[in-house]
Amino acid sequence: MNTTYSSTLEASLRKRQTGKSILFMSHVVVGYPSLDANWAMLEAMDDAGVDVVEFQLPFSEPIADGPRFVKANHEAIRAGTSWQQYFDLATRAAARFSFEIVLMGYYNSVFRMGPERFCARLAETGMKGFIVPDLPVEEAGELNGLAREHGLDPILTMTPTNSPARLAEIGRNASGFLYCVARTGVTGRQTDLSSEVGSFLRRCREATPLPLGLGFGIRSAENVRQAREHGADLAIVGTAGTQAWEEGGPEAYSRFLKSLAAATA
Amino acid sequence: MSPKLPVWAPGREGYFGDFGGAFIPEMLHETFAELRAAFENACDDETFWQSYVDVTAGYGGRPTPVTFCENLTRKLGGARIYVKREDLNHTGAHKANNVMGQGLLVQRMGKKRVIAETGAGQHGVATATMAARLGLECTIYMGEEDVARQHPNVFWMRQLGAEVIPVTDGTRTLKDAINACLRDWADSMADTHYVMGTVCGPHPFPQMVTYFQSIIGQEARAQMLALAGKLPDRVYACVGGGSNASGIFTGFLDDLSTELVGVEAGGKGIETGEHAARLAGGKGVPGVAQGYKTVFLQNEEGLMQDTHSVAAGLDYIGIGPMLADLHEQGRVRFESATDQEVVDALRLTMRSEGIIPALESSHAFAAAFREAPSLSDDDAILINQSGRGDKDIFTVADALDDEGWKTFIRETAARYAR
Ligand SMILES: Cc1ncc(COP(=O)(O)O)c(C=O)c1O
Repeated sequence: MNTTYSSTLEASLRKRQTGKSILFMSHVVVGYPSLDANWAMLEAMDDAGVDVVEFQLPFSEPIADGPRFVKANHEAIRAGTSWQQYFDLATRAAARFSFEIVLMGYYNSVFRMGPERFCARLAETGMKGFIVPDLPVEEAGELNGLAREHGLDPILTMTPTNSPARLAEIGRNASGFLYCVARTGVTGRQTDLSSEVGSFLRRCREATPLPLGLGFGIRSAENVRQAREHGADLAIVGTAGTQAWEEGGPEAYSRFLKSLAAATA
Repeated sequence: MSPKLPVWAPGREGYFGDFGGAFIPEMLHETFAELRAAFENACDDETFWQSYVDVTAGYGGRPTPVTFCENLTRKLGGARIYVKREDLNHTGAHKANNVMGQGLLVQRMGKKRVIAETGAGQHGVATATMAARLGLECTIYMGEEDVARQHPNVFWMRQLGAEVIPVTDGTRTLKDAINACLRDWADSMADTHYVMGTVCGPHPFPQMVTYFQSIIGQEARAQMLALAGKLPDRVYACVGGGSNASGIFTGFLDDLSTELVGVEAGGKGIETGEHAARLAGGKGVPGVAQGYKTVFLQNEEGLMQDTHSVAAGLDYIGIGPMLADLHEQGRVRFESATDQEVVDALRLTMRSEGIIPALESSHAFAAAFREAPSLSDDDAILINQSGRGDKDIFTVADALDDEGWKTFIRETAARYAR
């Protein structure tokens, strides 16, 4: 990575870290359950003091997602959610809320949009980066170079199965922050946040000085505390939020976010 | 003789021209590295290819013959028609070859569980037999729609000891079963191998499956020289993911006088939108999904489209990256055949030769029958019969609207209802 590059996302996270023991990132599948519901979710996130939100761009073949998000992707598609609607929502949200916004999506969307147009649209929208789980660093050279020209960070994943050499390689290519995956498998299942996660995060820490986000299976305030104790800088909550909305509606969703946010103090 | 890899080996990072690669979640990075190493190691081992040939002979029934179809040749009145009989493999399709090859790799890697996707069910059944024989646990993912239309294969997979999991998301077909396998593997990779059934997915699967299936073309080339006294002028193969086509085509890639014809599913007609023709109709566009870059049937925002074919095994959005590249190079011509043409070709083949091709394979027959009359009797064409059609009894009986069969089903159902 170009050493003169300076990430506004990383700087923003560093600033937010003062006065908080761990940062909080949450997730919305754009278009699911509806664009209006998304807006209510975003208001609740802002209210709870969420620091970063991943806006998932729906894709028909979401291979890194578990059943609940697969269904959310497919229902958003069935409802006809378009790129235009996605960027409209993100533009409004970036103007209105104080959290940072990153895109989460699959590489085919980037490829079809064209890497240059993709980066330009994200930057215009006021987004700060993107997570593309099916794009390994070997294939990401062009996109990641363009991204940094647009002031965007490609947020790379580190996983417990990666060798130290691979973690180091990912670390060399990373900027913004890292998405550390707490366990094997796909999104949406409980994780045993025991000592193994601690040793995994220590391996990640050796590979990069950037903030470490921990995700996959964080579902409760207790999990947020565990993430913090293991040395994560950012607790990432995905499926559990969607589940709270599906099961209890807006109030339950808001309560859920606030209970997790309380553990970030 | 082990196949010469360089003729069709991918280049850097598993690319065939612009297509291929490995677009995989980071979680599977080391798993793919392990698989690439095991495969490369096997290819370098001079005894490996022979051990593969031995299993396909002793367990699978190879070599499969090439049959000269005298009656069809006479009826169509053009080129001499030869058929490569992959239907005579154990479990009734070319899928068995790849499965036996990957089974040997599983043993070399010391894994104890296999997972596989299946469309028509042929690859699932073949994988289940291999797992039973090698004492491996086996889980097969199959789209709910395919479970419904290929139930006899579901029955056999379960009898063979495999767990069959119907996939209920997306279009509930082959592509969704592949996604389900990738998700399972992202969790189970420590002790599990994913037996990809076709020449798709991330590198090294397209290369590896082509390598194992190349036994078809290797045999067929020698058989044509012996039987027809010449190389075929055209070779026809149906193309779902593209494994039987890749297998037979690789035998003739260097023979530039042999034209290679891939036949895709025209479904209800390309103009209806209900088909699975990615290349033949010019409807597919480049994209990246399911771990690789190829030509997919997708909309302008990169979302995959519904596909349709009377043959479950051809009902797929993508195509092997090597075939997409050979198409771009002009080395392989792509055609399509509609459901109706396919049923007609199947009927003609059964009545003329007493051969029952699978609905998938019947696509290759349909395209060959279209073209044979305009060729001369000096010309020889070779059709790859990828599988046998008796597995399709429900679909075929339906397509033929067979009264006797319907009565049998009604009576059986009534007996179970009592
Ligand atoms: C008999 C038969 N032929 C062809 C196919 C299509 O696969 P491929 O294009 O990989 O040969 C299948 C797939 O299930 C099949 O069962």
